[in-house]
Amino acid sequence: MATAPSFDFDGNVDRALADGQLRTNLRRAMDILVEKRRAVFDDTENLQALRSAGNAIKRRALSKLPQLLEKLEKNCEKNGIRVHWAEETQEANRIVLDIVRSHGVAEVVKGKSMVSEEMHLNRYLADHDVEALETDLGEFIIQLNGETPSHIIVPAIHKNKDEVADIFHEKIPDTPYTEDVEALTAIARKVLRKRFAAAKVGVSGVNFAVAETGTLLLVENEGNGRMCTTAPDVHVAVMGLEKVVEKLSDVPPLLRLLTGSATGQLITTYVNMITSPRKEAEKDGPKEVHLVILDNGRSRILADPELRQTLLCIRCGTCLNHCPVYLRIGGHAYGHVYPGPIGKILTPQMEGLDRAGVLALASSLCGACAEVCPVKIPIPSLIRRLRAESYAGGDKKAVPGGGCSRNLTETMIWKGWELVNLMPTANRLSLKAAGLLGGRAPKIGPLRKWTCTRTSPVFARESLHERTKKEGVKDE
Amino acid sequence: MRKPDKVYFFGTCLIDMAFPEAGMAAIRLIQKEGVEVIFPRQQSCCGQPAYNSGFMEEAAAVARKQIRVFERPYPIVVPSGSCAGMMKLHYPEMFAGTSMASAAHHFAERVFEWSSFLVRMLQVRYRDLGAPVKATWHSSCHAMREMGAVTDAKSLIGQFENVELVPLQREEECCGFGGTFSVKQPAISAAMVNDKIDDIVNTGASTVLAGDCGCLLNINGAMAHRGLAIEGKHLAEFIWERTDGNRT
Repeated sequence: MATAPSFDFDGNVDRALADGQLRTNLRRAMDILVEKRRAVFDDTENLQALRSAGNAIKRRALSKLPQLLEKLEKNCEKNGIRVHWAEETQEANRIVLDIVRSHGVAEVVKGKSMVSEEMHLNRYLADHDVEALETDLGEFIIQLNGETPSHIIVPAIHKNKDEVADIFHEKIPDTPYTEDVEALTAIARKVLRKRFAAAKVGVSGVNFAVAETGTLLLVENEGNGRMCTTAPDVHVAVMGLEKVVEKLSDVPPLLRLLTGSATGQLITTYVNMITSPRKEAEKDGPKEVHLVILDNGRSRILADPELRQTLLCIRCGTCLNHCPVYLRIGGHAYGHVYPGPIGKILTPQMEGLDRAGVLALASSLCGACAEVCPVKIPIPSLIRRLRAESYAGGDKKAVPGGGCSRNLTETMIWKGWELVNLMPTANRLSLKAAGLLGGRAPKIGPLRKWTCTRTSPVFARESLHERTKKEGVKDE
Repeated sequence: MRKPDKVYFFGTCLIDMAFPEAGMAAIRLIQKEGVEVIFPRQQSCCGQPAYNSGFMEEAAAVARKQIRVFERPYPIVVPSGSCAGMMKLHYPEMFAGTSMASAAHHFAERVFEWSSFLVRMLQVRYRDLGAPVKATWHSSCHAMREMGAVTDAKSLIGQFENVELVPLQREEECCGFGGTFSVKQPAISAAMVNDKIDDIVNTGASTVLAGDCGCLLNINGAMAHRGLAIEGKHLAEFIWERTDGNRT
């Protein structure tokens, strides 16, 4: 997916807003997801208690992350799962490729994984002559069409069934056109079954990794995840290092929050708990299981006591579903792997404020995301913090690219604003001036942008300061 | 808490500049309940524009000024959920761990959103003197999420028997104002406000009510731009007109 040099957010936004079909698809899909979540979390008190528990569990995990990761490694290895560490995505890609090559295969089947998107794993493997086949239905659709996911949970949410019908008809050989959903699913199933049967290596993500038991937990609804992790001889799981939790008992509340927030389900159709490769005398399961743990900037995020809250995220995607900005522009406009509110705080921290800081500006700070976040990430506060970091001076750079937005004009504007609001005389004069202008302020700068959609604000001839004075409201 | 004899009124910079009528109405409706209103002339802005834009030092300087100006122990009534949220929730965050922490905390404790103050502290009762009207209501994000004031505002509207309140389909969806967001991301903001206006138009209401003048500046400006005759009004002004009539 395009990153910095070709990242034209405003252009992406304009294209997305002009796409009426996209906006209709998104609104329809979001309405359903929001309603399903509401229905499953209909008991407000329970939900709040659950969110607090989720927040506490993840906070506890982050507070002792290094120890938990060591413990996870120890217990995984004890169970026969080989653990690999990668600081950067290229390193993680290399590890996966080496495993694939050591088994002499040229194709892998993949379950849905956002970390693999973060690694651009498919592209990397393709560059090294290994084909990675996405097996989640949504991922399968967009892979056929040469696209990337536009949503963390529902990757093809921007497509409606007619568009899917077109894609299948065009891209899968000998496929007659059909808009029938069951028929479409059957087509995908037929393609995928053959590939599962032939696959030697399966790649998956991880929803939670339990340090106490060395267990990898994976939720899904289609069974493709189970196929990827059990049918091939080799299973390679990739995860971001913040996915580790301390105990098995931490899992049920998080699972409930994850599935309820993501798809409005009490539980997913499949909950896979992977604790070892095939044991002696067992008839199925992979002979080898590998776990690749990726940092990619997460340790740096963890170092800041406020920004580390970004790592509480369990990737449920509900902040996207409730975001009035995501709803209008869709996931691709964000130009990076993680879209929506979580993307606005995660992407600039991973990519740098100079490259992706604009994403933090694309928020009205309405707070809808924080209201629904299952682990209570204060997303608007973190957006504000990132905005401040992009203007930060001096050497204190908590985020890469910090201070990149500093410019004289804005600095002067806010200094002027400060003076007007500190000095009563300046305040009185500016109110007077605004009143004299009325609605006739020159349409330059911000006002030009404002008046594309709205008439000029009309300033009152008499301010409230003057009115209260005139009408004898006491000063004290 | 019992009904106070005296309150501070924080007018907000937007009302000061562009909606003084709403401010006067809010003040009069408090006075009408026998409570004295003090309007410190040294007041200015709550600091939110700079705070949300990432200019924290400038925001803190202006916030400190308000904390000093509103120093007596009277309740501080604010006719905006957004400015009230800033003062009640974000001042303590801003000054946590500084020498202003305790002052910010005591200040924040005294902040009330205007409609909540009328309902919870003054227990106002109104008789509707206005003509029948069809109105709708927009829930401002911060009034709803930070101040929990929306049920109070709606209960006030519910006291007016000649007002038919037609709900918006998406009452709780942001109108796209977001302060500097509206000019930093004008295209997204425009899409949001235009959807909001479609929703308003579909209700058939002649008036859209809100408790925040930021939303009103946005919604009214965009409605006028589209040549619509629907009027967006602060709840205080609407109530004042329907209970008194002899406006100055």
